[in-house]
Order: sequence, then structure tokens, then C-alpha cells
Amino acid sequence: MPQLAPADWLPQLIWLAIVFAVFYVLMAKLALPKIGGVIDARRDKIKSDLETADGLRRKTEEAIAAYEQALAEAKQKAHGIAQEARDKLNAEITAEREKLEAELDSKAAEAEDAIKKAKESALKEVDGIATDVASDIVNSLIGVSPSKDETAKAVASARQG
Amino acid sequence: MHQFEITRLVELDVFGLDASFTNSGLFMVIAAVLVTGFLVWAMRRPSMVPSRSQSIAELSYEFVANMVRDNSGTAGMPYFPFVFTLFMFILALNMLGLVPYSFTVTSHIIVTFALALFILTGITIIGFIKHGAGFLRLFVPKGVPVVLLPLIAVIEIISYLTRPLSLSVRLFANMMAGHTMLKVFGAFVVALGFLGGWAPLAFMVGFTALEVLVAFLQAYVFAILTCIYLNDALHLH
Repeated sequence: MPQLAPADWLPQLIWLAIVFAVFYVLMAKLALPKIGGVIDARRDKIKSDLETADGLRRKTEEAIAAYEQALAEAKQKAHGIAQEARDKLNAEITAEREKLEAELDSKAAEAEDAIKKAKESALKEVDGIATDVASDIVNSLIGVSPSKDETAKAVASARQG
Repeated sequence: MHQFEITRLVELDVFGLDASFTNSGLFMVIAAVLVTGFLVWAMRRPSMVPSRSQSIAELSYEFVANMVRDNSGTAGMPYFPFVFTLFMFILALNMLGLVPYSFTVTSHIIVTFALALFILTGITIIGFIKHGAGFLRLFVPKGVPVVLLPLIAVIEIISYLTRPLSLSVRLFANMMAGHTMLKVFGAFVVALGFLGGWAPLAFMVGFTALEVLVAFLQAYVFAILTCIYLNDALHLH
């Protein structure tokens, strides 16, 4: 086995040490920082991009919240205005109706008054007619014409009775 | 066993030490150059949306980074460049070894053992720096009856000391066995000729696919065990 020839060991060991040392320096100082730098830069870029995206998302959410609040306020305001208008209209209608009712009431009272007066005057006339009719009846029955006062008294007592 | 032989490409002598540039050294250089070249080429125009080559570079980065994070926690991340280097180095060496006529550096026990010994020595030093003498509690598991403690401690110490051996032999043996099998069946294809050689050839196609899996898996196992051992040193039990 050539592996067990001690005379060949030293050159291998010396060149192993030299090549490995140089190779290590090349890797550690040249190749690996380059590769690691790119990987780190990419990771940082992805991280910052994600952070930017997160910030934008948060801003969007804030904008949505502000919009919704404005919308709610506007709704509230619109509701208030509508309520006010309704109240105003209701008050106007009520006032109008009350005025109308009062007018109607007074007209009804006037009419009642007129009716009452008419009734009273009619009743008075009825008394006069009844007296005339009664004196005529008495005249035709007994041929005597009673005095006007007597007849009126008799009619009044008959009405009372 | 010709494929495992070390050949000296450039004879070198530094202060009386044999520092010859061998085929093993050559493939180490090729592996390091290939991986570095690919990663630098793939990241030549880094962009937020990665190109295909950049995806592969990032995938390997994330793969090893997750491995370290999952097995050693965030405290292990300072050692991520080392684990990445280790993983890519072994993976490239294993994969290169599958190319015909190439040389598999990791099929030599001395290389894998040196790596494993270096790692476990380093991890032990890290453990002592982090916890001082308290690091020795690693060998005294909680909830063990006092009577059994000396025995358990001895077993724990032995198992700790054999870690470099098990780590290195696992990689070396897998590589050597796989390549020997490929060589043997390759020889069958030639020996059985045009008529009978198809059967071992078909086997070799499947077996090569398996070897690709093993090449990746052994690099992965080596790296993940490094992470687990590192976790022991960082967090004890």
C-alpha cells in the first residue's frame, strides 16, 4: 500500500498545510464575505420591504377607519337635520290645526247662539198664536170674547200644567 | 495500487525536509483553485435575484452555514469559514478523485489523519480556552452513579482520543475502498473483452454514481462531525 510509505508523508503534509492555509484565507477573506454580503443584503431588503408593506397596510387601515368615522358623523348629522325638519313641520301642523279648531269652535258657538235666539223668538210667537187661537175657539164655543189678558193667562197656565 | 502512488513532480528540499511537489500536492492545488475560481466567478456580478451560478455558490454557503448553526449553535458561527473551507476542500478532492487518471488526495490516511488531528487539537484548545479546567467535565457525564464514574471517565477519554482516528479512517477507507473497487471492475472490463466486458461495465456505471454519492457524503460527514465535536467544546454536554 503506497499509503504506508513514511517517506511520502512529509511532502503531502507540507503541501496540505500550505494549500489548506491559502485556501482558508481565500475563502474567509474573498469568497465568503461576498456571498454572505449578498445573502445579508437580500435578507435586509426583504425585511425592509416587508416593513414598508406593513406600514402601508397600517396607513390604509387608518384611512379606512377615518373614512368610516366621517361617514358615521355625516349619518348622525343627516339624522339630526331630518329630525329637526320633522319637528318643525309637526309644530307648524299642530299650530295650524289648533287655529282652525278654535275658528270652528267660535263659528259653532255663534251658530248655536243664533239657533237659541231663533228658538226663543219662535216660542214667543207660539204664545201669541195660541192666545189668538184660544180666544177664537172660546168665541166660537160660547160667543163671548174673553179679554186678551185673561186668555194669555189661561194659555200660560195651560202650558205650565 | 498504482492509482494511490505518490510521484514527485518537482523535487524540493527545504532545510533538509522533503517538501517535493507531488501529484497529491498538485490535486490539492487544483481543488483549491477550482473551488475558489468557481465561487469568485459565480459572484462576479452579485445580484438580489441570483443567477444560476450565484445560486450554487449561495446554496453551498447556506448549506454549510446551516450545518454549523444546527450542530454548534450560533456560538459556532465564528468557525464557519473553517468548516466551509474544510467541506469544500474535501468535497473537491473526493470529486476530483473520481475523474479517470486523477489522484485522490483523501485516499491517503496521512492527509485525512493530519486534518482530523489538526481539527481535534484545535477544538480541544478552544474547549480549554472557553471553559478552563471545566472542560474536563466533558469526560464526566451527568447522572452517572459514583461507583461507575471512574470507568465511564476512562471510556469517555479513550473515545475522545480516538476521535481523530475514527474521523480520518472513515474518510480514507471509504475513498480507498471505492477507488479500488472501480479499478478492479475496470480491470474486469478489459480482461473479459468486448463480449463479456459489458456486465462489469454496467456495474461500474452504477457504482460510479454510488461513488459520487459517497464522495459527497464523506465530505458532509467529515464536516458535520467537526461541527458536533466543536459543539462539545463550546457547550460541553
